Amino acid sequence: MYGLKTDWLEEPTPRYYTLGDYEGETARWCTGCGDHAVLTAVQRVCKEEQLPPDKTVFVSGIGCSSRFPHYMKTYGFHGLHGRALPVACGIRSRRPDLHIFVVTGDGDCCSIGTAHWIHAVHYNMNLVVMLFDNNCYGLTKNQTSPTSPKGSKSNTHPRGAALDPLNPVQITLAITNASFVARTVDWNPPHLFATLQAAHRHKGLSFVQIIQRCPHYKAGVHDPLQSDPSQLLLMTHPDGIQLDDSIKGIFKNQREHDPSDMDAARALARDPEGVSIGLFYRNESGERYDEYTALGIATSRDEKIAALKAELSLYQI
Amino acid sequence: MSAESTTKSSDADAPAGGASAAGNGNEVRVRTIPEQIVEIVSDSGEGAQTAGQLFGTVCAKMGNGLWTVEIIPAEIEPPARSQAGASGIRIRFATRPMTNMGDQADLVVSFNEQVLYSRIDQDALRTGTVLLIDDRWASDEDPGIQEAYQKALDDFRARGYEVRGVPIHSETSKVTDNPQRGKNMWVVGLLCALYNRNLDIAKKEVRKIFERRRKGQAVIDMNYKLLEAGHAWAIEHLDERFDVPAEEQETQMVVMNGNAAVAMGAMAAGIEVCSMYPITPATSATHYLASVFHEAGGLIHQAEDEIAAAGFAIGASYAGKTAITITSGPGMALKTEMLGLAVMAEIPLVVVDVQRGGPSTGLPTKVEQGDLLSSIFGMPGDSPKVVMAASSIDECFHFVITARKLAEAFCTPVILLTDANLSSGQTSFTMPEPNEDWLSPPVDQSPWKEGVAPYAWDQETGLSRRPVPGQAGGAFVLTGLAHDEKSHIAYESAVNQRTMRMRSRKMAALQKTLKPPEVHGDPEGDLLVVGWGSTRSAIDEAVDRIRKDGRKIGSLCLRFLSPLEPGLKEIFARYKRVMTVEINYSDDLGDPLIDDDTRRYAQLAWLLRAHTLVDLDCWSRVPGQPIPPWMIEEAVRGRLEGIK
Repeated sequence: MYGLKTDWLEEPTPRYYTLGDYEGETARWCTGCGDHAVLTAVQRVCKEEQLPPDKTVFVSGIGCSSRFPHYMKTYGFHGLHGRALPVACGIRSRRPDLHIFVVTGDGDCCSIGTAHWIHAVHYNMNLVVMLFDNNCYGLTKNQTSPTSPKGSKSNTHPRGAALDPLNPVQITLAITNASFVARTVDWNPPHLFATLQAAHRHKGLSFVQIIQRCPHYKAGVHDPLQSDPSQLLLMTHPDGIQLDDSIKGIFKNQREHDPSDMDAARALARDPEGVSIGLFYRNESGERYDEYTALGIATSRDEKIAALKAELSLYQI
Repeated sequence: MSAESTTKSSDADAPAGGASAAGNGNEVRVRTIPEQIVEIVSDSGEGAQTAGQLFGTVCAKMGNGLWTVEIIPAEIEPPARSQAGASGIRIRFATRPMTNMGDQADLVVSFNEQVLYSRIDQDALRTGTVLLIDDRWASDEDPGIQEAYQKALDDFRARGYEVRGVPIHSETSKVTDNPQRGKNMWVVGLLCALYNRNLDIAKKEVRKIFERRRKGQAVIDMNYKLLEAGHAWAIEHLDERFDVPAEEQETQMVVMNGNAAVAMGAMAAGIEVCSMYPITPATSATHYLASVFHEAGGLIHQAEDEIAAAGFAIGASYAGKTAITITSGPGMALKTEMLGLAVMAEIPLVVVDVQRGGPSTGLPTKVEQGDLLSSIFGMPGDSPKVVMAASSIDECFHFVITARKLAEAFCTPVILLTDANLSSGQTSFTMPEPNEDWLSPPVDQSPWKEGVAPYAWDQETGLSRRPVPGQAGGAFVLTGLAHDEKSHIAYESAVNQRTMRMRSRKMAALQKTLKPPEVHGDPEGDLLVVGWGSTRSAIDEAVDRIRKDGRKIGSLCLRFLSPLEPGLKEIFARYKRVMTVEINYSDDLGDPLIDDDTRRYAQLAWLLRAHTLVDLDCWSRVPGQPIPPWMIEEAVRGRLEGIK
């Protein structure tokens, strides 16, 4: 290791990773929780993309979904409520070799961690950010979240939430330098998988809102969407999320949307014809802060000492 | 006029440089003095600090001991000609090394008379202090200002200061169209003449200053002209000169302030990421680092807030890259949760807290030692971590290197406390010799040893190695929740007891490697004065003065506050009384309602009383400036009266 310009090594003999290589502890989410479906989809993405588990990191905050890293057999960082993004950005800043996924919830991302959400999108570092949006605080036992529907009852608003919910996609699309913004649902595995795979392949910050069921505290909230796919608007495009025709056929309501068209993306984010799912926006050529933060990464020890000596000499008496 | 105090004049009657004629025909007296305290005071934005730093650097480069203290208002542009807006700098230079700001000023150059009231308010002037005040206000078009000027000058004379009007503005106007920007350099020229400084050295430093600011030759030439004009005027009109001889230096020396020293320490330690959010008085460390860090391959990340700054550093550190975050008290408060996470998950992290006055926003630009207990204890649950304090500017440099090593060896956050006195104070110290051993090692990406848990705590020391992402076979999920050796979430009583013990044990393991602190002065006697951080030199100076009267007292400065240095109880037992001197708040016995039951102690005193069960006394003040030796001397003498 000593004296090497680069301080990581490639594994000399590649091997084929199976789904089992990504399976960590047994998931302890409630029966019927949408998180199980996302876990399965993510493990499949890892396998399809053949991500080395030792080179993959899942970073999360606090909440039901933030237990996610424990259920993967990769490196994981289960940190503080709302603070997954700064940690993930810090990891990314000097480790271009790692695959980094961020797991966050609607309380984590859209409430306590809002500042980091906005700035992480602006930084546009190469990360996959999955917003597990179940419209409520689950782990703290049913409080209103910023995305709770107006009128929905919780322990903090027993007479119903007072305000219309925040729309995470609308907000993300408003941030300068947003480069990949998508929405999917936990109950359509092919769409979920295809969206996350596209997110992983994107170079930059991929923001994916996953509409996710909480059978315990928000039972039935998404039943209409689930049982009547016509309430969803499937965005299609050759540059968008690719689905088999058999899956596409489920969606009666479809609209071709060019993901390079930001104005159209912002219009669709208002869900004019039902809840839009698919890829709202993608820009592969956006500025990436991780390209800036990685500068100087190969500086040798001799160069470091020389730089300090040169600097000290300026202060010499 | 006389710019020396009677106690400091070594040989006033035998001028070292002899006598010659000033331009005005009067005889010029040159006196040799061992030490001098000069201040430049102005409205904000008039360049007093630049001028003072320049003059101080010239003194240091000529081989004098140096200590500077900046006087900084909290606003960028406070009202002109007001006491609250006083901005400036004190330069203490001497034949011997200097490590504190000293007592009252010998000479003050002031750009207006009103700002001097802030110095009077701070007890910075004494009978006989020479005041050189810009005389432009005597002929100001506003009769109110003329009157205020005359009134103040009469008042100053009545207070016993030696007052002289100097045509700073009008003389500077002869050289430049913008005297407001140029008069600071003119004053440096004047001071160089008055103190026999080498103008060529000043010019070299001027070049350096303006090249750093990316100014062209025209700006540099103009500043040369201003220097020369101030110098020439002083030669022509002042009939005294002073010589502060230099001692021969045995080693190469550097001169810098504490924030630059912290920044260079980060480079010397091989730290790769400095993640910060702007906060006074810490930010200048990052300003400086930002100008050079890339040369050493480092990254400055200006985060969206203090929390994110800590989170980003923790992320980098978790990924194997050494990281530092530099902040001040309010920033520390915001980082608290992140520091708790670093303790719980055992992530190395260096945190520098450049302390300012608190609580809340407090005194943003002023010194205080108020963050000691919050650094050690200010987190939910038991969160043992290393807390160190630098007591000098060279320690600001070297302790960052130590902190980085400890953070990694003990897998813990290390908080390094400095303060607003050290951060902007300049002094000279032995040039560090950068070497390989100071640098952090490359990221370990060798395969993780099979069967070893991510927290395989050594049962005796609590130490463990940590896998870094990328290490084959080391994958684990770090968590801020209670966890066992394998980093699995564990709520069982026995596991929680055991893992808390392991994290705490690391502090004992570190303490066992430390040496007992050295006592300054008498090794036993009536009183031991204990301090920490930047007060060290002023305490030592006060103790030395009292010892000259035959009282047996000593002083001691603690660099490690968590864990505390060993042997304190034995050292304390050698004195009749022990007290701390600190720049933070404590109640004074004898005040209304304050008795042994109600008294709240200074922070180190709280800590040492609990740690040693010795009935320590304390004396502390929160003046928003360094405590000068004379104040400490007075306080300690007061305590000694009660000790037979």
